[in-house]
Amino acid sequence: MTGATDADRRRGGVPPWRDIRVLRVVVQVAILLGVALGVAYLINNLTTAMAERGFGFGFGFLDRRAGFEIGESPIPYTASDTYGQAFLAGLLNTLFVSVVGIVLATVLGILVGVARLSPNWLVRRAAASYVELIRNTPLLLQLFVIYFVVLLQLPPVRDTIALPASVFLNQRGLFVPGPQIGSSFGLWLALLAIGLAAAIGGRGAARRLEARGRPGYRLGQIGLLVLVGLAIGGWLLPAQPPMTFDLPVRGRFNFSGGLALSTGFTALLAGLVVYTTAFIAEVVRGGIQAIRRGQVEAAQALGLSDRDTMRLIVFPQALRVIVPPLTSQYLNLAKNSSLAIAVGYPDLFKVGTTMANQTGQPVPVIALVMGTYLAISLVTSLLMNLYNRRVQVLER
Amino acid sequence: MTAQTLAPPTATIGPRAWLQRNLFSGIPSSIATGLIAGVLIVIALKVGDWALTEARWDVVTRNQRLLLIGQYPGDQAWRLWLDLLLLSALTGLSAARFGRTTRVLAVSMSAFQLLLAGLTAVSPAGPLVSVGLLLNAAVVWVGVLAGPRVAIPRRALLIAWIGAIPVTLVLLSGFKGTPLPVVGSNLWGGLLLTILLAAVGIVVSFPLGVMLALGRRSSMPAVRLVCTAYIELIRAVPLVTILFMADIMLPFFLPGEVRIDRVTRAMGGIALFSAAYVAENVRGGLQALPSGQLEAAQALGLNTLQTNLFIVLPQALRSVIPANVGLFISLLKDTTLVSIIGLSELLGIGRAILAQPDSLGAQMEVFAFTGLIFFVLCYAMSQASYRLERALGVGTR
Repeated sequence: MTGATDADRRRGGVPPWRDIRVLRVVVQVAILLGVALGVAYLINNLTTAMAERGFGFGFGFLDRRAGFEIGESPIPYTASDTYGQAFLAGLLNTLFVSVVGIVLATVLGILVGVARLSPNWLVRRAAASYVELIRNTPLLLQLFVIYFVVLLQLPPVRDTIALPASVFLNQRGLFVPGPQIGSSFGLWLALLAIGLAAAIGGRGAARRLEARGRPGYRLGQIGLLVLVGLAIGGWLLPAQPPMTFDLPVRGRFNFSGGLALSTGFTALLAGLVVYTTAFIAEVVRGGIQAIRRGQVEAAQALGLSDRDTMRLIVFPQALRVIVPPLTSQYLNLAKNSSLAIAVGYPDLFKVGTTMANQTGQPVPVIALVMGTYLAISLVTSLLMNLYNRRVQVLER
Repeated sequence: MTAQTLAPPTATIGPRAWLQRNLFSGIPSSIATGLIAGVLIVIALKVGDWALTEARWDVVTRNQRLLLIGQYPGDQAWRLWLDLLLLSALTGLSAARFGRTTRVLAVSMSAFQLLLAGLTAVSPAGPLVSVGLLLNAAVVWVGVLAGPRVAIPRRALLIAWIGAIPVTLVLLSGFKGTPLPVVGSNLWGGLLLTILLAAVGIVVSFPLGVMLALGRRSSMPAVRLVCTAYIELIRAVPLVTILFMADIMLPFFLPGEVRIDRVTRAMGGIALFSAAYVAENVRGGLQALPSGQLEAAQALGLNTLQTNLFIVLPQALRSVIPANVGLFISLLKDTTLVSIIGLSELLGIGRAILAQPDSLGAQMEVFAFTGLIFFVLCYAMSQASYRLERALGVGTR
């Protein structure tokens, strides 16, 4: 070391073009400069092109009147509302289909994933065939099949298919009972929150007591009882129940009341669920198979039933393996919901393209759409990472 | 000493025991077996009945040409044949030279051509196309058999593969004023366009993704920042938005005199999108590499380039092959999204065919054909990856 430095000193130090510290700085500055210049060049071209066509950059259009209808929206929206409200309606539609899709796909995915490991040969093969068939064909094709071949070929309103629990299916879409919030809903929610706090607090207290070797006085169970009691009491005691279900009623030409889900929404939801279920099933199967055989054998040796082995030994450990890839499946589902445009469901992307065409300002609109997807992805990742941390703690 | 009569042992082998163990091991299991068998039988009967009696397969056979090559002019179709022939021969020769892993490719390629030959045999212009495809499938195996005799150096084959995509693109698009008249990419379509989009996407995104992954792991913060920002930004947005950008907005970003045709823009969009995902896969492989390997390379005095080229990448890339094949399967499926921006790849041209009045109501037929082709391609890729994984001993070392 010293020898080298002495030698350097004799030669007047390392020349800067061979000094690794100098080179690193030069390379980084060059890269940042290159990226900045490239971006500046593109933006310069863009401003020139936009100026030629008279397009603008600002977000001022958000307050202007949209003037186009949106087929369905969770918030009241008409053509005379602003672009901002149209965008919000599209965003809420995307969130709605994504959240419902994620819940359904998770439940079905776990079922199919467990079925792939069933001791029953036929169940195992059927689940595997489903997974292979779905994973090896494009989602867009599946959406087309569900939309054009299944849903649009359904009978008209006259010959509606009636499913159990007041669910009706016809050419116009899916009609399900819609929750109606009553006047006592707020009170009920408050009671529910108190009950939940009691249940969690009771369980925690019992655990802490037992950890110190003292009796837990069944505080956990008592807390749970309080929760159930408050929930039932809050539902039954007020004159009006906190939530009623408005049932769809068949009129002469269409259904009224209830929650009407359009054909586009039904197709998109079904497509996303069918597709993502296959992927989640593989994630779940991989997670379960990652558990060492000895764990199951030890559980059996302790005399745990098959159900308890699964519930207490296999699943908590498998969750550790499952959660990270599950997160990316959730993100994929949310991103894939942008295929709504193929079945005419007015989601974020579809509303965005309409806005881009109408306002003549494609750049800010697409930037807004992409930024929103970015935010959705980041929030989902964040939530799943928090959950992941909780699950990972189980390790020791 | 009393004589004991034991019950005969329950069968543990034979078909009856298998049934008992695997289908009727208990009451719940038997119920599940019955239910699923019932549902499957009903589905099979319905689908079989539809496919054999109701389905109008003529919509598919009549439009075979559109489905396979789009509107590529008929008198120029010989270029496609020539290109297919070159690729078949190259696949065969490579299989002979490189051995088992590329042999999977040769088997898949000839099998896919046989399948297409079978499907086209029934169409009006079919027999000739079928024979052509059969000959091509045969060429693959001629290559496999002749390979050991001609002994082409491996390096030449590698160069030929690298050149295959540009050669294909030039052959298909042609030049003005030569015996190869220009065929605009707006005429490319069907399966041809699907495969081109996927092939270019894979070939371009792979090196790009590897560089991004190395950049993300670089010790220089500026490089890390740029690569991480790119990867995370791209991965957070849906492919359709990127295709939309490439299709509608890219022309605004380029100086007025530069014109890039729509197919190339879509290819670029797919490749740039896919590169971010490749990068994340490769990063996994890089992280799994024991740091001793890097330290050893440094101790030997290798510079950064040498370390990456000879030590890091060969090991890291091998361990991420299965994940990357999975990614390329999604890429192949994702090429269908270009139909949303108006290109007529396989699914897009299918929709266009369905818009014709004489194919009204034949949706399922066209979708079934499209789905079959995608299924075969994707399934072959996943099986090839599975074999490759085992041949390379991933996870066993």
